[in-house]
Amino acid sequence: MLKSIAKATLLAAALSLPLSMSATKAEEKTDFKVCWSIYVGWMPWGYLQDSGIMKKWADKYGIDVEIVQINDYVESINQYTAGEYDGCSMTNMDALSIPAGGGVDTTALIVGDYSNGNDGIILKDKTELADIKGQTVNLVELSVSHYLLARALDTVGLSERDLTVVNTSDADMIAAYATPDVTSVVTWNPLLSEIEAQPNATKVFDSSGIPGEIIDIMMVNTETLAANPDFGKALVGAWYEVMGLMASGDADALTEMAEASGTDLDGYNAQLATTKMFYTPADAVEFTKSSELPTTMKFVAEFLFDKGILGEGAPSPEFVGISFPDGSTYGDVNNVKLRFDPSFMEMAAQGSL
Amino acid sequence: MRIINRKPSRVTALALGLLPFLATILVYAIASHYRRLDNPADKLLPSLESMGNAFWRMAAVPDRRSGDLLLWVDTADSLWRLGSGMAIATLLALTLGIAIGFIPHVRSALAPYIATFSLIPPITILPILFITFGLGEASKIALIVVGTAPVMVRSTAQAVLDIPREMIIKAETLGASVWQMITRLVLPQVLPKLLTALRLGLVPAWIFLISAEAIASTTGLGYRIFLVRRYLAMDVILPYVVWITLLAFLLDRLLLALSRRTFRWHHLGSDAL
Repeated sequence: MLKSIAKATLLAAALSLPLSMSATKAEEKTDFKVCWSIYVGWMPWGYLQDSGIMKKWADKYGIDVEIVQINDYVESINQYTAGEYDGCSMTNMDALSIPAGGGVDTTALIVGDYSNGNDGIILKDKTELADIKGQTVNLVELSVSHYLLARALDTVGLSERDLTVVNTSDADMIAAYATPDVTSVVTWNPLLSEIEAQPNATKVFDSSGIPGEIIDIMMVNTETLAANPDFGKALVGAWYEVMGLMASGDADALTEMAEASGTDLDGYNAQLATTKMFYTPADAVEFTKSSELPTTMKFVAEFLFDKGILGEGAPSPEFVGISFPDGSTYGDVNNVKLRFDPSFMEMAAQGSL
Repeated sequence: MRIINRKPSRVTALALGLLPFLATILVYAIASHYRRLDNPADKLLPSLESMGNAFWRMAAVPDRRSGDLLLWVDTADSLWRLGSGMAIATLLALTLGIAIGFIPHVRSALAPYIATFSLIPPITILPILFITFGLGEASKIALIVVGTAPVMVRSTAQAVLDIPREMIIKAETLGASVWQMITRLVLPQVLPKLLTALRLGLVPAWIFLISAEAIASTTGLGYRIFLVRRYLAMDVILPYVVWITLLAFLLDRLLLALSRRTFRWHHLGSDAL
């Protein structure tokens, strides 16, 4: 009997072993995996892998980097948080709520772009943002759409209490807009332009009204990065090589990214027009060091806390600490889990990679 | 004695039944323990204690924003949707099933159609349901009905066809009208099988309920799970999954007990799981 209990325990331990493997193994390693999902500002990641540019830079530093596309955005962040990947593309808001809120120390390695009109609020048969009062609003709850709505309502003196939010899957947003009882939606591109093209639709607010607040970033595991700086150097070097191609209007590269995102070159350029890409590392560094970033992250932390998603037992918005390039910190200095560190982008700006 | 002839006592049977559950909890606790050694705030496999806290928070602490007890609001709304959907599906199964099984002309007209219709994966026609029924309760109930009714209609019709021909001929010889045959002969034979179809239909019904709530909703068990999945709150998701399983199990047992009480003649034969 005792023997069989011992056996059962051993078996249980063996079964649970793969589950208990964790992200935070910081020993020297040479194989890295990062993930991304389809979004205008992240299409370069797919191109990096397919064009061999990533391999070129990885070889230069004697490591191996695999870039994996994941079809579901939230799932890709969850996979990163669970430790399956060393890095993942996500917004500043989701980085704070999912990995950082989940205790995974995360560093913003490449600040790629911010939404400058890619997210917006559309009303049916109405033309003013203030008309949204009393309506039901369909959006993906707790996403950047929700954040955009909260910020937009601030500008006209309304709050979420003045309306009803209905959680609606992004996959069904266009079909939902076609039904008579849906009168307002908040969503992102390419859905946004698709819905805006309908005759009775008016875009009453978009993210160009809060520039620099919805930021798209390649986030990497802080411990992995600290133990393997070459990993960061290879990613940053490869990324800015592709940024150079995009800035120079390289039609081959742009067309490939357009097709991978399910549109054509014109459609992709239209999406790029509402995205503020940081084509040069110097621009990205300047943005990361700007004094607006801490203010933005404070808004985001307060929004997340207000919605109760900063983690269980979070006593205040300052529960998770965020550190900034100038050494200042927002929130708990003993619990810093999200770090804006421009040092790798600075190396690219100085051409020392 | 051979193993097939050795029967467990009541206590042993209960212990054996509990064993796989306890083993699952043990494996979970070990895996969770090791993950939390690395990262005390791990979200993927939270401790049993933090899941208990989360469940308590959902069940007993009023929500900061709305003041509702979220678990009960979610449960009530989900059960209402499930109940309405299954009521409609059962009614359809009863009427269409008997008509198809008992009246050859109706069978020729509808049987091939329903057989074809039952093969459509309901999720794929969701946008049509939205446009037809709107984004509110109606489209969620419709999804459950579309997903479960065709199969239930088919199994009810089959139950009618399975009635021994001799009994029908006997009833006819005794001068019964079609209506009398339906109420006195077909219904007693078919109702218990309809209940079985309902119990089996509940399995896909839960799946469709959760999917419908994931798509456009403000409350419901599926809504909550997909909402908190956005920040990987497994401490809320896992207790909700256990809760859904418990509800489904209780519903199933309730229907079985109802069948045993109401249709005793149907349960005279063999053991039922």
